Amino acid sequence: MEHYTMNLTLKVWRQKNSQDKGRFETYEVKNISSEMSFLEMFDVLNEQLIAEGKDPIAFDHDCREGICGMCSMYINGRPHGPWQHNTVCQLHMRAYKDGDTIVVEPWRAKAFPVIKDLVVDRSAFDRIIQAGGYISVNTGNAVDANAIPIEKEKADAAFAAAACIGCGACVAACKNSSAMLFLSAKVSHLALLPQGEPERKTRVLNMVAQMDKEGFGSCTFTEACEAVCPKGISVTNISRLNKEYLVAGLTEDKR
Amino acid sequence: MKWSEFFTSSVGKKLVMALSGLFLISFLVVHVGINACIYADIFDDSDNGEIFNKAAHFMGAYYVIRIIEVGLFVGFFIHIIQGYVLEVKNRAKRNIGYKVPMGSKGSRWYSKSMGLLGTLILLFLVIHISHFWVPSRVTHTLEPVNYGTPTEYHNLYARMYHTFQQGWVVIVYVLGCISLAWHLLHGFQAAFRTLGVSNTKYIALARGAGAAFSIIVPLLFALMPISMYFNWVDLN
Repeated sequence: MEHYTMNLTLKVWRQKNSQDKGRFETYEVKNISSEMSFLEMFDVLNEQLIAEGKDPIAFDHDCREGICGMCSMYINGRPHGPWQHNTVCQLHMRAYKDGDTIVVEPWRAKAFPVIKDLVVDRSAFDRIIQAGGYISVNTGNAVDANAIPIEKEKADAAFAAAACIGCGACVAACKNSSAMLFLSAKVSHLALLPQGEPERKTRVLNMVAQMDKEGFGSCTFTEACEAVCPKGISVTNISRLNKEYLVAGLTEDKR
Repeated sequence: MKWSEFFTSSVGKKLVMALSGLFLISFLVVHVGINACIYADIFDDSDNGEIFNKAAHFMGAYYVIRIIEVGLFVGFFIHIIQGYVLEVKNRAKRNIGYKVPMGSKGSRWYSKSMGLLGTLILLFLVIHISHFWVPSRVTHTLEPVNYGTPTEYHNLYARMYHTFQQGWVVIVYVLGCISLAWHLLHGFQAAFRTLGVSNTKYIALARGAGAAFSIIVPLLFALMPISMYFNWVDLN
């Protein structure tokens, strides 16, 4: 595709801190290269704001390679912008044309409160993982990696679920602000593998309990989450999570 | 895990919706089966609802079925109340909305509109119950008919026929059936996924069976007022 430059109008959510009410500000950016990433375009805008003596826009980013799960912008009505299976950092400006207006908002969910501008607090996800998204391994010599046989299909399905980067786009897209796609990916990843077996039941019960405590909604299978997931995590995982939860909930004794 | 914890968790609440929904689906099978007896009049013009009236009599006259009917009302109550509670609570999980909403990107509109479709069905249900269930079971204001035996039957068929001579009633019933069709198209398959069906082979089966059910059952229902309005099924 041929290189071109563009002038854009940006409507960006600005919020000083978690107490501030926040509002949209309109910015003009000029001579943006079609080869830039969306975040590089924001870097240009921030340089411009700093030069004008204004507060630059706070936004989350880390690897800029589409694998860390830090970037989190809701662009023109879609988490991570218009491209499929993509994070904001891998969204390139060739997705836009000269004169476009782009509205950029933070993830919206009570469980993800805004810290500043486009940065939201996603530590709820960390607490869900802490509630059971792990396996306990006793210390000692490392076990041979091939000692436990695993069917190829299950290993592949577990790997596909483990691809979740925990960005929270699923929550941002869901009409119920449900974290079920995230949670189901984490539960499926371990439920499919023999290493996850010993803590299988307590894991799913504790993680769902933590998810409810954090204030996420319930799943109504609208599948908006799968459509925006940068890693293409399937909603089939949510069915698996339901099965894991029902089996554990119906068979675990009172505690 | 305690029962109370199980049924009040987000997954447990959805399980209640799925189970009550599937119970109501099983009711629809019985309801459409019995009501479809009116179509006997198409094949035998002298039927005039005899088969249907006898079947309806069976459903109303015996205690076993009346007790099951109480269960049906409980099922409706649970599904409706839980549905509204979940809808309100889920909506409250996002206190500040988006300036540019997602709309139906990536999902089907009816999967996001179950609350609205359910409300339309509820409004229809109120009209429907006042048309037939109340005069048949509560006020007993239906005219009697007998078919050469001492047993007297309520002429529910005549009541249907007269009710469906009004154009607006036919339109309301058809709209109710359309709402039901969309509601079932999402609800039928989603119920099985809530119950933990994760094998894609069975999900495909639930989707296929759900689509067929959502078309066939509401269509059979919708054809009842239509066929009486146009006198394909008549009273002579």
